[in-house]
Amino acid sequence: MIGARWREHWEELRRYPSALVGMAIIALLVGLSLYTVIAIPYSQALEKWRGGEPWQLHPVNAAPVWLDRLTGGREARTLIASSEDAEVEEVPFEGGRRLRIPLEVDYDYAGFPSELNLFLHAEGHPQRPFARLAWQTPDGREIALGGHRIGREDRISLSQDRALERRLGGLVPHVGLLADPEIEGEPQVLPGRYRLLLDAVVFDDTAGIDAELVLYGRVHGIAGTDHQRRDLSLALMWGTPVALAFGLLAAVGTTVTTLVIAAVGVWYRGWVDAVIQRLTEVNMILPLLPILVMVGTLYSTSIWLMLGVVVVLGIFSAGIKMYRAMLLPIREAPYIEAARAYGAGNLRIVMRYMIPRILPVLIPTFVTLIPTFVFLEASLAVLGLGDPVLPTWGKVLNDAQSQSALYNGYYYWVVSPAVLLMLTGLGFAMLGFALDRIFNPRLRSL
Amino acid sequence: MNDSPMAPPPRRGLLRDLRHMLLFAGKRLVALLLTVLVGVYLTIVIANMGGQVDELRLVQIRSQAAEAVRADPAFQDLSSEERNELISRQVSLEVERLRLDQPFVVRSVDYLQRAMRLDLGRAEQMHSDRGSREVYDIIVERLPATLLLFGSANLLVFFVSVFAALFLSRRYGSTLDRSVIALAPTSAAPGWFYGIFLILLFAFVVPVLPAGGMVTAPPPEGRWDYAASVLRHMLLPLVAMFLSSIFISIYSWRTFFLIHSSEDYVEMARAKGLPSNLIERRYILRPTLSPIITSFLLMLIGLWSGAIILEQVFNWPGLGSLLFQAIGHRDTPVIIGGVVIFAYLLAVTVFLLDILYALLDPRVRIEGGRR
Repeated sequence: MIGARWREHWEELRRYPSALVGMAIIALLVGLSLYTVIAIPYSQALEKWRGGEPWQLHPVNAAPVWLDRLTGGREARTLIASSEDAEVEEVPFEGGRRLRIPLEVDYDYAGFPSELNLFLHAEGHPQRPFARLAWQTPDGREIALGGHRIGREDRISLSQDRALERRLGGLVPHVGLLADPEIEGEPQVLPGRYRLLLDAVVFDDTAGIDAELVLYGRVHGIAGTDHQRRDLSLALMWGTPVALAFGLLAAVGTTVTTLVIAAVGVWYRGWVDAVIQRLTEVNMILPLLPILVMVGTLYSTSIWLMLGVVVVLGIFSAGIKMYRAMLLPIREAPYIEAARAYGAGNLRIVMRYMIPRILPVLIPTFVTLIPTFVFLEASLAVLGLGDPVLPTWGKVLNDAQSQSALYNGYYYWVVSPAVLLMLTGLGFAMLGFALDRIFNPRLRSL
Repeated sequence: MNDSPMAPPPRRGLLRDLRHMLLFAGKRLVALLLTVLVGVYLTIVIANMGGQVDELRLVQIRSQAAEAVRADPAFQDLSSEERNELISRQVSLEVERLRLDQPFVVRSVDYLQRAMRLDLGRAEQMHSDRGSREVYDIIVERLPATLLLFGSANLLVFFVSVFAALFLSRRYGSTLDRSVIALAPTSAAPGWFYGIFLILLFAFVVPVLPAGGMVTAPPPEGRWDYAASVLRHMLLPLVAMFLSSIFISIYSWRTFFLIHSSEDYVEMARAKGLPSNLIERRYILRPTLSPIITSFLLMLIGLWSGAIILEQVFNWPGLGSLLFQAIGHRDTPVIIGGVVIFAYLLAVTVFLLDILYALLDPRVRIEGGRR
């Protein structure tokens, strides 16, 4: 019988296009979060989001690829030339060898790369090898990039070579090295095959040199990267389950406890009710966000602590007054009297007879509450009180804010988490509003 | 329920109303003070759980004592050992005076009465623009900016939504009505969220308005220029708050009015052939005024907290961004002071609206608030 009632509600719900859209969005988000949780395990996501090593082959502040391609641009993606694919020429001599490692890239983007780095690994050398670098352009020019002694782990930032910059006529190396010398004024890319020739002398018979030339792009992946070279798609994807879990748990925690307390107050009356009422009034005066801020500053910004505080402060929320008004007439209903007559205990009446009665009215409120909490989490993160390790949408926004993303023109950095937040908000709100019209008897006739 | 159209004798009625009003206001004031008391006490307990406040005060006392001893020429020729001993003696005296050696329960009462008197202590690192280190001064300096922005935004949203809702409830089912309902879910996002987009659009893509702040730097000389500059800076945050709450409030008011306009007495008035604006004023708006005020109060309370981030996003020099800066500096006294001030503001809001409520609801006025 209950199944039939729910089916009836479902039939009614289907008549609202906004409800269908809302449900589609929610399904999409749930699907995305399930995929994320399975594809990128929690610990791995945290480890990677901490930054550093895993991201060193990613460009800084690169825009999403699709954004550039959509606007007809041909900005560079990251190109990597590794010595593993190169044909190394070896010439042995007394006490060592001479290695010639050509690192080749085919460059045919319209825009210049954003940075040029050379990573060198030289393991097991008794003496540090020496390498001379030369840059060969498609039109046959050769630009010497100087010599280097190579450590075990070395990174040569060609982009920051000021002397080279002066030799290139004041152009930053990652522009100057790829520019067409024939064209005056604004530098243009000379497309074709570039080669970085690594002419190294090693003082060992077996140990070699691994080299990786990285031409960092200006676009990367579907979400771009941030100032720490981290791929934003990781945070955007992991933000989904975090936001949904936070919103759902907070909404469940606050509505259910509030409802139970309101029912207890109505049932027991007297001083219990009075205490609950006064507590509600006190709670109305306590400002939620400043208190969260205070807790975040003084204790910890762990998302679970925040969730706990939100739930605790939400227990005696203004909703109690609303539920109370709804429960008061139910208290006097004949079926409650019947339950008492057969000897039902207080707890049983509250939990089994009073609360289920107003649960349907609660569902829409519950659904519309979820985005409020999702945004609350984002708000805290924007204030810098986001969970210290977890990647969330709010933290992406916070990073963007602190790096003045809008001022620097990295719009994607702000827009993509914002769109996801908005999508979540809209999805739940649309469904909630439709549910409100179905479950709320006063609205049904309208 | 004796809401008869027969007016009671004017003078006696007025006096009686006044007496009842005062009685009611007094009762509410006492009740609210008690609630603030409990609220602030809870804040203190939360803030003190980590022992932060105590440690902080100890540090403060120690530095004050050290400073006093060092600055006093009478102690100049003491050896450093003697001086240290003097300092520690003074610290222990002060600790005893402030009863820091007593259990927290006793001391919390002391904090409480200081907080209630708005004696919020001294900031650790922050100072007001005038250079004062008193938390109270820092907060009071920021208050007008918050009041200006949020006061105007709230009033705007409130009046526009109530009148738009009245208008829509008359045209129930029209395209306009349906489109406003369809837009209602957009209010799921808070004001700061729209703020980000507004800044993006109007300050960077089409740079016509300032991205943040309250006045241009340096502030304009003339009073009118100053006001115009503030207005220009206020526009975007105002629009952001407006956008984030206007549709939901129109929606809820419209539903509210629709429910009330199907009441029997309204149908009756319609049947009598009264003009529709009279029906609206006297039969729909008048009896629903108290719930309208209540929800205005709830909206205000909601917006107070939303203010923090909006101010931060727009760099508006109000209480919210102060709190944000205090987080940055880990300046605990300022944070706690901010919470206390917020609690007071909320209480004042509740009190004002209680009084308004009483003025509007004849039952309160006539029966003296016996509920």
